[in-house]
Amino acid sequence: MSNLNTGPITTIPATPVQNDVAMISFPKTGNDRQPVAPDGTVIPDRRTRRTPRSWLLHIPLVLVCVAAILPFLWMLSTSFKSLEMAMTFPPQYIPKPFQWSNYAEVLSSNKTDFLLWTRNTLIIAVLGVAGTVFSSALVAYGFAKIKFRGSKVLFAVMLMTMMVPFPVTMVSLFAVFKWLGETTGTEWLGTFKPLWVPAWFGSAFNIFLLRQFFMTIPDDLSEAAKIDGCSEFGIFWRIILPLARPALTVVALFAFMGIWNDFLGPLVYLQRPEQFTLALGLQNFQSQHGGTPWHLLMAASVMVILPVVVLFFLAQKTFIEGIATTGMKG
Amino acid sequence: MANENAETGRTLKGLAFVSPWIIGFVVFTAVPVGLSLYYSFCDYSLTLPPVFTGLDNYRTLMGDSIFWISVRNTAYYAVLVLPLSLITALGIAMLLNNKIRGLSIYRTIVFLPSLVPAVAAAMLWLWLFNAKLGLINVGLRAIGISEPPAWLADPNWSMPALVLMSLWGVGNTVVIYLAGLQDVPRELYEAADIDGATPIRKIWHVTLPSISPVIFFNLIMGIIGTLQVFSQAYIITAGGPARSTTFYTMYLYDNAFVNLRMGYASAMAWIQLLVILALTLLATWSSKKWVHYGGK
Repeated sequence: MSNLNTGPITTIPATPVQNDVAMISFPKTGNDRQPVAPDGTVIPDRRTRRTPRSWLLHIPLVLVCVAAILPFLWMLSTSFKSLEMAMTFPPQYIPKPFQWSNYAEVLSSNKTDFLLWTRNTLIIAVLGVAGTVFSSALVAYGFAKIKFRGSKVLFAVMLMTMMVPFPVTMVSLFAVFKWLGETTGTEWLGTFKPLWVPAWFGSAFNIFLLRQFFMTIPDDLSEAAKIDGCSEFGIFWRIILPLARPALTVVALFAFMGIWNDFLGPLVYLQRPEQFTLALGLQNFQSQHGGTPWHLLMAASVMVILPVVVLFFLAQKTFIEGIATTGMKG
Repeated sequence: MANENAETGRTLKGLAFVSPWIIGFVVFTAVPVGLSLYYSFCDYSLTLPPVFTGLDNYRTLMGDSIFWISVRNTAYYAVLVLPLSLITALGIAMLLNNKIRGLSIYRTIVFLPSLVPAVAAAMLWLWLFNAKLGLINVGLRAIGISEPPAWLADPNWSMPALVLMSLWGVGNTVVIYLAGLQDVPRELYEAADIDGATPIRKIWHVTLPSISPVIFFNLIMGIIGTLQVFSQAYIITAGGPARSTTFYTMYLYDNAFVNLRMGYASAMAWIQLLVILALTLLATWSSKKWVHYGGK
């Protein structure tokens, strides 16, 4: 009731789309009491004022952007070349003619099974993202809204687990999954399970992020619901989750990207090519081909990158919509 | 009495909500961490039960020349990447923290590379660094460098190549800095203006102290990240040429899953954990001298 003053209600709508990433990342450093939405991060008048020489700033910025974008263009250009054209010196920057068939060739090559790998990645991603969002939100609610004995200690332990490097658990997790396979009677190693089941038990960073967000939601709605006889889970499910949609979107997005990009996990736990994820498949494609047909490799890479980039641009929109539809503007 | 019951009820309720994490913590973190400590004192190949051998693994490691090469390579990489990426990212963020036209476009472009999956980035940079046909050497020749380095094929240039590549993905850090920069109270700049501070003094006395918590955060994340570097180097160079890019985690992986020396790999993992912990504590301790938390 008393923390109305830090409510997200006034701060979130002021957040321009471009800042969604900032909104995601910054709270990691944030002071405990600060809401996830970085209030004030984006109020324009906080920036330094336009100086008469501000056009000078464009020079380094353009250079930085050229450096950022040239590799993409080079990749795209190669992906539309024939192999001979890709190997010609000096290189042709704009391929003539555009060889679209590279993409078809990657998709139909008998050494690769891009569609199957995409399907595998999506299966893991859907199960993993659903698990991460649901379990992290549940746990975050417990830490944010229920004042129980020991919660501070547990929360501190949780933050500490973020420091444990994956290699430390990588080896023994392998043994744990082997043991799980032996005791549960269904194989774990060489299946997708090690890659998505742990997601259903919350991930420390996302729990932290959601907890910060939940704490900014005023308690009056929940208290009103409680008086109406709503259970704690009901409050979590019907009141908090809908209000937290922007933050949940962020968590889902991060979880998806994490799974889509993961290489070490699939490398350790998956063995047969028909189970490969895209990341593992792409690497396998490269090592299989030896002589490296760069045009195909670049076409394949474009196909792995494209969904993430598309998602990024879509998510900017989702954010506005998420904020508008959750009634945060009210 | 009623009060006590209410508290017990709340505790049970809280624990119920938190229980997924507790279970996950025990099964996927606490037990594996404990097991790996135990394995680090064992001869263990996964197929046979572990045999306790005391400090043997650690002793062998101390005399393992590849282990030391991997330590040196990782340290070399971290020493190059950490300052370079922190400074580059901060510089770009400061440029972006101005009212200029097209800001959102710049910001998006700077961020884009950090979205690229490690494997795809590895493929891309393999091609960019191609000694003969790669864009980088084509460009270097175009500006008059007739014999540019062979990059990934040259043990002396392979590491700088990986560093360059990691700088390409600095956009994530830029965005974190930018959020911090936009939080710096405008009044501080106004006060500095009244005192007649030059832009450089403003950066030194206002901007840097104000965002020092963000710098600190990026430093810690950077330490944890660079000491674990694996995927891209594993794909691009597989540790070569001449072991010039054999990183710590790569050698650990090879021991665990190629040589099936799980105990040996666990010993490496524990040394890594302790080093990361020590460096983080060191950074935290030093931060008392240079990190200023605002009065928020």
